[in-house]
Amino acid sequence: MPDLAISVEDLTKNYGDHASVSHASFDVPHGSVCGFVGPNGAGKTTTIRMLLGLISPSAGTGTVLGEDIRSPHKYLSRVGAMIEGPAFYPMLSGRENLKVLADLGRFPYSRVDEYLAKVGLGDRGSSKFKTYSLGMKQRLGIAAALLPNPQLLILDEPTNGLDPNGIQEIRELILDLAHAGTSVFVSSHILAELEMISEYLVMLRKGKVLFSGRTQELLGNQNSVTSIKPEYSVDLNRVIEVVNQMGYEATVVDGVVQAPVESYFGATINRTLFEAGITLSSISTQQPTLEETFFEMTGE
Amino acid sequence: MLNVIKAELRKMKRPSVLYMNLGLLSLISTLFTSLVFLRHNSGTGHHQKIGTLSHGNDTLSKFDGGYFTFGLMSLFVGLIILTLFASQSSNEYSYGTLRNLLVRQPLRLKLLVGKFLAMTIFAVLIITFVAALNVGLSFAESPYSHINTSLWVSHQAIRGFSAMYTNMIIATIGYGIYGMALGIMLKSPMSAISISLLWFMVLENILGGVLSSASKWLPGNALAAVANGGAATFSYHRGLLLSAGFILVIGALTTTLFLRRDVAN
Repeated sequence: MPDLAISVEDLTKNYGDHASVSHASFDVPHGSVCGFVGPNGAGKTTTIRMLLGLISPSAGTGTVLGEDIRSPHKYLSRVGAMIEGPAFYPMLSGRENLKVLADLGRFPYSRVDEYLAKVGLGDRGSSKFKTYSLGMKQRLGIAAALLPNPQLLILDEPTNGLDPNGIQEIRELILDLAHAGTSVFVSSHILAELEMISEYLVMLRKGKVLFSGRTQELLGNQNSVTSIKPEYSVDLNRVIEVVNQMGYEATVVDGVVQAPVESYFGATINRTLFEAGITLSSISTQQPTLEETFFEMTGE
Repeated sequence: MLNVIKAELRKMKRPSVLYMNLGLLSLISTLFTSLVFLRHNSGTGHHQKIGTLSHGNDTLSKFDGGYFTFGLMSLFVGLIILTLFASQSSNEYSYGTLRNLLVRQPLRLKLLVGKFLAMTIFAVLIITFVAALNVGLSFAESPYSHINTSLWVSHQAIRGFSAMYTNMIIATIGYGIYGMALGIMLKSPMSAISISLLWFMVLENILGGVLSSASKWLPGNALAAVANGGAATFSYHRGLLLSAGFILVIGALTTTLFLRRDVAN
């Protein structure tokens, strides 16, 4: 099995003069969960469609499970995918819809009921797709993606329309699959979700890759912020003064002094302020979230 | 290939497709058979023209009387199958399901041919049902119309019926290919069906009326000639060759489009 589940180099898709994806290069290691983030129109779905052979690239190269993306028949039997929301035949039941895909992929029908149960649709498999709620449609899409028992699972916004319980179930499902060795490439606009499950991240903006690598590497490169709250608000200006003297630029936000200070430096600040006669009610350091990092990097 | 055919047939055997088509054709068959036999009973006689054959009052007693009404169904069956092929092809685009199919069956030519074969199997079953229904209804109504059916089971009758059944299948699949091509090109069931019905039911008649020389080159007339074993102004072989030419060109264009077009919806 190749080390990389996905690898693309200079992948480009042009529509006329507009480049929907421009010279994108990134790798997704096998067995990892990789989040795929970017604002609307960044080119995420176009990239996913190129990986699945639905759209032919204008330029660049890529491999999925070690096979060239221009020969999708060589790898798609090992790939499960849900692209841009679930699309099924409205007049067929959920079970019949999955059986159509099972027929096409030559998968045993036993998997149909197995995965319907796994996504919580065991008792609604006989209902027509058109009667499903958005969350149920999403679950059916995930069941369809699981049918091939995939080595690589590509999910485009899998938690759309799901309630908090559903979101948690999908998160657990993805982590279970990853622990079992399945590579998962997942796009979502709920960045907190991706932060929780993604070991790797690919960040896209206007068709270009802004970051590709370990999530911790991305977040670790961002400055953490230490919040200092004096016991008495009259000391706010003195706190700013002391912190500035230590070489950090401090500002006041909602009655709390904030400064880009690493967490390991918190004790030093506490001691220095105490020696200056200032007592604190709290001091804490926050690592920037993926969402904050995303907004900072994309300028959104 | 068999897996593609199986998947496609699973969609087509759903009650809304199967029963609606069979119900509609049963209704039309019953209506036609009843009208033909009622007119025979009333003594007014019928003078229907099918291809080069004219039927008078005593025609129903001839060898082809048993499948006379089956022959009248050719255009209806053709248009129903055209609608079916068009909707089954274009719905994949309008529902967005084509992307699921292509992920599970990335060899596009195999998917296209499999879909076509499945629809063809469905069309043959529909035609067989219509043939059986019309022949059955004719036998059922014959005693009430005092028609002698002894020639209906002769060798000549069986040969004639076999030829009509085969021609009907060829013509109907021709209609289906036009429907499938328009469905894939336009990606919208409404557009594909309305344009094809407008062409075959209205525009061809107007064109044929305005330019009589044009009627010898119209695809609908060619298929009608095939279905009826030839027509007054259109020989069977000319119809067959012209239809084959049209289908070859439109089939090549559609296949190229299906193989190369990005699936972006």
